[in-house]
Parts: sequence; structure tokens; C-alpha cells
Amino acid sequence: MSFKLITIIVIVLGVLAVSQLVRLYELSSKLRNRREEDVTNRDNKLNANLLLAFMLFFYAGFIYLMTEYGWTGRGDAASIHGETTDWLLNLNFIIIIAVFFLTNTLLFVFAWKYVRKPGVKAYFYPHDNKLELIWTVVPAIVLAVIIILGLKTWNGITGDSTKEAIRIELFSKQFDWTARYSGDDNLLGKFDYKLTTQENELALLTTATLDSAIRYMEFGKADSTVLGIKLLENKLNNPKNIFIPEDRIKMETDLDRKTRLLRLLYQMKARHNSKLDASAYDDILQKDTLHLLKGKEYEISFRAKDVIHSAYFPHLRAQINTVPGQVTRLKVTPTISTKEMRVRKNNPKFNYVLMCNKICGSAHYKMKMIVVIDTHEQYYAWLKSKTTFKDEFLKPATVVSDSTAAAASVGDTTKMGM
Amino acid sequence: MSAITHDTHGHHDAHDHHDHHEETFISKYIFSQDHKMIGKQFLITAVFMGLVAMLLSLLFRIQLAWPGESSDFLSLFLGETWAPGGVLKENMYLGLVTIHGTIMVFFLLTGGLSGTFSNLLIPLQLGARDMASGFLNMISYWLFAISSVVMLVSLFIETGPAMAGWTIYPPLSALPQAVEGSGLGMTLWLVSMTLFIAGSLIGSLNYIVTVLNLRTTGMSMTRMPLTVWAFFVTAILGVLSFPVLLSAAVLLMMDRLAGTSFYLSDIIVGGEMLENHGGSPLLYQHLFWFLGHPEVYIVLLPALGLSSEIISTNARKPIFGYRAMIGSILAIGFLSFIVWGHHMFVTGMNPFLGSVFVFTTLLIAIPSAVKVFNYITTLWRGSIVFTPAMLFAIGLVSTFITGGVTGIILADSALDIAIHDTYFVVAHFHIVMGMSAVFGMFAGVYHWFPKMYGRMMNTRLGYAHFWVTIVGAYGVFFPMHFVGLAGAPRRYYDYSVYNEFDTNTYEMMMDLNVIITVFAIIAAIGQVIFLFNFFYSIYRGPVAVQNPWRSNTLEWTTPVEHVHGNWPGALPVVHRWPYDYSKPGAEEDFILQTVPLAEGEEEH
Repeated sequence: MSFKLITIIVIVLGVLAVSQLVRLYELSSKLRNRREEDVTNRDNKLNANLLLAFMLFFYAGFIYLMTEYGWTGRGDAASIHGETTDWLLNLNFIIIIAVFFLTNTLLFVFAWKYVRKPGVKAYFYPHDNKLELIWTVVPAIVLAVIIILGLKTWNGITGDSTKEAIRIELFSKQFDWTARYSGDDNLLGKFDYKLTTQENELALLTTATLDSAIRYMEFGKADSTVLGIKLLENKLNNPKNIFIPEDRIKMETDLDRKTRLLRLLYQMKARHNSKLDASAYDDILQKDTLHLLKGKEYEISFRAKDVIHSAYFPHLRAQINTVPGQVTRLKVTPTISTKEMRVRKNNPKFNYVLMCNKICGSAHYKMKMIVVIDTHEQYYAWLKSKTTFKDEFLKPATVVSDSTAAAASVGDTTKMGM
Repeated sequence: MSAITHDTHGHHDAHDHHDHHEETFISKYIFSQDHKMIGKQFLITAVFMGLVAMLLSLLFRIQLAWPGESSDFLSLFLGETWAPGGVLKENMYLGLVTIHGTIMVFFLLTGGLSGTFSNLLIPLQLGARDMASGFLNMISYWLFAISSVVMLVSLFIETGPAMAGWTIYPPLSALPQAVEGSGLGMTLWLVSMTLFIAGSLIGSLNYIVTVLNLRTTGMSMTRMPLTVWAFFVTAILGVLSFPVLLSAAVLLMMDRLAGTSFYLSDIIVGGEMLENHGGSPLLYQHLFWFLGHPEVYIVLLPALGLSSEIISTNARKPIFGYRAMIGSILAIGFLSFIVWGHHMFVTGMNPFLGSVFVFTTLLIAIPSAVKVFNYITTLWRGSIVFTPAMLFAIGLVSTFITGGVTGIILADSALDIAIHDTYFVVAHFHIVMGMSAVFGMFAGVYHWFPKMYGRMMNTRLGYAHFWVTIVGAYGVFFPMHFVGLAGAPRRYYDYSVYNEFDTNTYEMMMDLNVIITVFAIIAAIGQVIFLFNFFYSIYRGPVAVQNPWRSNTLEWTTPVEHVHGNWPGALPVVHRWPYDYSKPGAEEDFILQTVPLAEGEEEH
């Protein structure tokens, strides 16, 4: 507290001191009959020199930062298109840094050189069509080059991937990433957000997940932290239960919402083609680390569960937002394995990373996934160790309830048939 | 000629034959309908808002430089709720960033820059008695004032202010379950912005009507000072783009309160499965940036206009290429409407659409380059007087170059992929908006202070302010380019996460973040010099003369002491363009616009 008091006292005394100084300055100006708007030659010259000094200081700072922290600061691009964009970035940087030095130098040098001098009148020079034409046309030509090269690169990056590209999906939610590999068929299984349950976080669409989602909607969580439709109905219809009105309204809204969602789930189920199950069942889910194979083209699709995130691979020079209700995509071919990059960076602990680059909530800055770019052997050894979605979802613990679900689903289909 | 010879005493007689009525304190200072007073109201309100926003930035800069360390400064301002133990909360970090951005872009740079100087200068430089509608002008200010209050109130509520970034992208901004600031805080943000937009719209319409209808005799469009051209185009941009932001805000409000699905689709948040289906978050982004990009020029054009005037006056030379300057203002204004998509290259928008926006965006570089070269040529062979205003105007040109060239990188979609939403972007737009536009505003305040308050600001303190500010602000924003090129995403609470995967970059970021914060503190202290000078000079500054800068434009033909209706006698008549500085054959190095052409004299 005393610290704060002292700070306040110092500030107040400072303000008083400055105002006395200003007063003094004004009185002396008055004595010398100098008006505030008249800038003395000494002041004028001083500022002109300071402008020039500032320019030099500014350039020195720029060059220092460049030598200290590198031309682009993040090392080599680790993907095919990244190498192209880095080349283009360098070219653009050369152009803009040249313009930066040229125009800033002209500005500060002119300001310094043409400071008011006694007896010298400014040169009346209102316009010159030729000059104006030059500095309209020259930037236009330079920009044309920039635009053409830029668009050529852009079209290459955003174009379709080849058929051989490995298909994977990155699923984003507050505040982590999950990868889904398409498995042997190189086909990602279909999904619908309404199928999300604890066991099926990515909402994949299969006959079994449909049933489990319906069951979840009807009966809620086993530990009744989430109430299903049945329990909600029971609670609301039981005359012995007395609720405060807000709670009642809340439960009724919840019930209505769930009933409508359930109806949609049944519709989905009625239309579901169980032949599609296979493409989802062989998918492989992977948290924490994303494994990519060096030299292989990837077609990555992206989903978001809650809000917009952005999948940003700084070293691969790749980025795309993930948008709820929409699938976004990019293609990328890694060219440098993690091991090689560690050698290049002379940093044995270095890892590639996938970061979230769109504000997404309080722990936004922590939302990341380590990316490992493997060689052939490492990659397939890792892949072999993984279990498919089918094995995950239909593991023994859930088998019992699943058989009942299967039975229920048979019953439903017959009902539909009627 | 008559207008110049009015001395400060002359206007007392004029009282009688004008319908000049006795003004009460309330009608003079609070609900004033006089454009000069409204201009000053905008200025003071905006300066206050700017101070708040600067303070917010210091708070989060401290966190970024010394993450997780306890700070007395933080606990003093944020208390135990938002900075327990003097360490900023993650949520509040986002809140601070959001409100800092919102206030700076809208309240300081839109309200403060265009609001202050359009009000002050449009009637004065055009030779009008007041704005077309003084009453609407008053309403415009009061909507701005109320919206400022609402925005400030949102900082003090229990769930905190809006936390979705100043662009408030839904679904984050639509769902209180996603971040607590999207509850009441976001509602207040939307209410505040709605009021702000209404005020800005009324103001802009007023400016446009005034410029089109109330120019005095002889003041053709091509004799208007570039300031007025800039305000005029700015107002048109505002009228065409702000309503789109309003519609975006209304749709967002409906998604939040009425259960519609404009921006929401297939969402599960906080364990709750929402029914919304079919909306598109990208729709919001299109609507937002349809305002958002013109907004950049709404901020920048007035600053460029002010500096044109100031550079010409203090170089004692006509602005080079007057018509080219008008042309580039118009071109920038037009192009600013067809470039919004360059904010959305990596949003999942169709890549072909992206390439169209690359093309249109890079075109803007041409009129911008023309403006820069014209400024530089205006300095060439001038007779430069370094008033504080002139220094800030030169600072503006320097920062406009520095911030402008990085725009070329960001506008190139292929290059944008790797630096989108990184500190490179932060550096870019802070140098153009946080430096250029703010420098334009300072230049304007120093230059027109005698017109606003009838007194002079202290020149030496002005110098000190300029030098601390340009060194401090460049020191803050220039290193950010390097942080961004290293790949640092913006809006991260703590960059020490880099320690987990890239220790080299981690060290660089920690180093630079400290440097940036130290410069930010220096620059902030520099603003105290300005505040002191500003308020001290209002009351104690030496009394100004009628035309202290020996300038040509009409505002310097009005008496120092403000009168209702601006000119005590008849309105001035204009005979020439406003840039006849150092014209060969003239006695003085300036010729007021009211001076008729001499025998055989050509109009530039």
C-alpha cells in the first residue's frame, strides 16, 4: 500500500514540477517576445537532424533484428508447397524491403535537407503529369508480377490432390485435436454431429453408433449426470416432484430439444445404409500426436465441434480454419522428417506442431498437437500398433449392451417396415 | 479580403445583427449543437477511451512479457477477480485484447478521428455556418457517448467483457458456454456497437450533405482542401458499410437470443448438443469484413487528409498532385469495398474467390503508392518548418510506408497461409492504424488546437511527445514482424507453450516480448506528456493569433474566439485552391483562399 502511495505522490509532484517548468518556459518566451507558433531556426534544425538520426537508428534496428532473428525466423519449410511459398516470400520481401528503404530514405533525407533556411523560398511545384504517370505505372507493373506469381502458387496449393493422397481428418474442439486415419480403404467414414457420445466423440456413422446415440438420447448417461428423455419425462410427470419454475422450464426445454433430436436420429436410422459401416469401422483415431509419412501427399479434411479453430502447421506452411457445420480441407506433402529437422535446427528436442490459430476460448494458447513426420518404417510400425474404430467402439466392455441394442434395432426396422 | 481583417474585437458588434442568443451552460457545453463544440466533445471522449484502451494493452503486455509472474500493476487495476495474486486470468486476457481492439478501432480512430475533425473542419474549411443539421450532429455525438459508456460498463460486470476478439466471430461470440464473456459481456458489446453505428451513420450523412450543399461561393469541389475530400469519402464509406455491420450484429443477436441459426450449425458445446443446423459462420465473416475493410480506410483516410494539409502548410509548398491525391482517395475508397475477402483466405472460403480478392487487394497498393510519392515530392525543395504537427505528419508517411508494404505480403493469398493470424498481421495493422492513423490524429490536434481552444499548445513538449512516441511505437510494433514470421499466433495468453516443442523459437519470443513490452511502457509514458500539454494548454496556453501557421484555408479567417455561425459577418468567398504556398510573384509565402486572383495570375 505504501508503495502505491509513494507512486501517487511522485506522480503528483512530477506533474506539478512539469507545469512549473512549462510556466517558466512560457515566461521566458514572453520576455524574448517569441510566440509559440514561431519555431526557431535552432529548434527546426535540431528536429531535422533528429529525423535523419532517427532514420539511421531505425535502419540499424531493422538490420540488427534481421541478423539476430533471421530472415524469416522459422527455419526451412518442411513441405513441397512450403518451399514454393518461401521462395515467393523471399522475392516479395526483397521487393518490399527495397521499397521500404527507398521511400523512407527519400522521406527522411528530404525532410532533413529541405529544412527552412533563411532567404530560401520553397519551390512552387504543384504537379507534373509525367512524374505522376511514372509512379502509377511502375508500381502497377511490379504488382502485376506479384499478382501473377502469387496466384499461380495459390492455385497450385489449393488445387485438388491426387487420387493416391492419404486421406486423414483432423477434428477440433475446445481445446484439443483428434486425428482420424482413413484405414486400408483410404476412405473416411461418414459422420453426423448428432451421433456424438462419450464412446463416439467423432460422431462416426455406423449402425451401432446410431443405436448407441439413440440409447444415449433416451436414457442419458449411466451415472445420470445427463438425463435421457425417459428420465426427464418421469421426473416432470411425477406429481410428487416440486420444482422451482426456472428448473422446470429448463428441464422442459431440454426434453423438447432431445425429443426433436431423437426424431432426427430415428429418421437417420431409417435411411441408414449399413454397407457404409465398413468405411468408418476401419478408421483409426489418434490423439496427442499426428503422424505423417515423409514424402507422401496428404488430403486432410477438418471439422470443428464447437467453435471455429484454425489448424496451423507453421513449419509445413499450411493453415486452414476448422468451421462448425462445414468441412474444410487442405493438401500437404511433408518433405523433411522430424529427425532431419532436428539435425538442421541443431535442436534434439525440436518437434513439428499443429497449433490452434483462431481465438477459441480461454485455453486457446494450449490447444496444440505434436506432429511427427516419420520415415517409412517408423510410420508403418506406428500404424500397426493402432486399433481400428471398430475394435475401439465394440470392445468387450460394451459388447453386452450392444447386443441388446442390435436386438432393439432389429425391432425398430420391423416397425419401420410396417 | 474583408474576412481576414476581422480582428478579435470585431465580432462583438456582429452579435447584434445575428440571431445570437444567450447560451446556458447546458446548451453550450453539453447538448451543444455547434459543430466546433461537438468536435471537441468527440475529441475529449475519444482521448479518454483511447487512454483506457492503452491501459488495457499495458495490462496484457505485462502478461506477455513476464507470463505467470505476479504484478502489482495488474492487481491494482484488475483486483483478485481478474488477476488473482497479480497474475492475469486467461479469460480476462482475451477480454482485454477484445476491448482494446474494439475501443481503438471504433472509439478512438473512428469516433475520435473522423468525428472530431470532420465536425471541426468541414464547416470551417467549406465556409459554412454549421453542419447541415446541428441537431442530428448533437444526436450523433450523444449516441457515441452512450455507446462509450456501455462499452466501458461491460468491463465491470461479473462475467467479464466480450472475449471473442474485436472481430467477435461466432460461434465463439454466440455461445456463452464456449467462453464466459459471450454472455452479458457480448450483449453489451452488441448494444454498444449498435448505438455507435447509429451515431456514426447520422454523423456521416450529415457530413455528406454538408459537403454537397453548404460550400460557400466559389468553393467548387476541386477547390476543397484534401482534408474535406478525405472526410467526404470517409463518410460515404461509413454510410455504405456500417449498416452491414449492424445487420451482422442483429443476426448475431438473434442467434443468441431468439434461437435462430444464421451463423450456427451442428454444434456441441459444454456437453450440450444444439439443434441449430444450416447456418454458416462464414456468413458472419463476410458481413463483418464488408464493414471491416472499409473501416480500415475510414480510419486512415482522415489521417491522410489531415497530413496532406499539414505537410503542405509546413513545407510551404502546394501539395504535389492535388488532383492525383483526390483521385487516389476516390480509388482507395472504391477499392476498399471489393477487398474484404483478403481477411478470409484460410477460412474455408472457395479458393477461387480468394484469388479474385488477391487481385483487387493488391490494386490498392497503386493509389497508396501515389499518395506516398506525392507526399515525398511535396517535401522536395520545400522550406520545412518542424512544428509538432509536421513531425507527426512525417511520422505518418513513414509508418504508412512501413505498414503498407507488409500489406503486399498479406494480400498475397499464397503467402498469407503461413502468416495469417500471426504477429506479422498484428505488426502490419498496428503500424498502419496504431501508428499512421494515430499520428494523423496527433498531427491534427497540434495543428488545429488553436482553432479549437483559441490557445497554443507548448511546442517543446510537443517535440518531446513526438520523439518518445515514434521511438516507442516503432519499438513496439517493428519487432512484432519477426515474432510473426517465426510463426507466433496472435491472441495467445502465454508463449511459453513454445518451450514444449521448439526451444529456439521460445527463447526468441520471450526476448522480443520483453523488448516490446518495455517499449510499450515507454510509449505509454510519452502519452502523459501529451495529456499534460493538452489539458494545460486548454486553460493556460498562450492565446493564439488568428492564423498561426500562415495557412491558406478558410478556418483561419474566422475569429479566434468562437462565435455561433463561425464568421461574424458575411460568409467568405473563395477565389482559388487552398495550396497557393510560395507562389512566384506573391509577396507572402501563402495566399488565403479568399484572395481574388491577381491580374494575369493563373489558378495553379
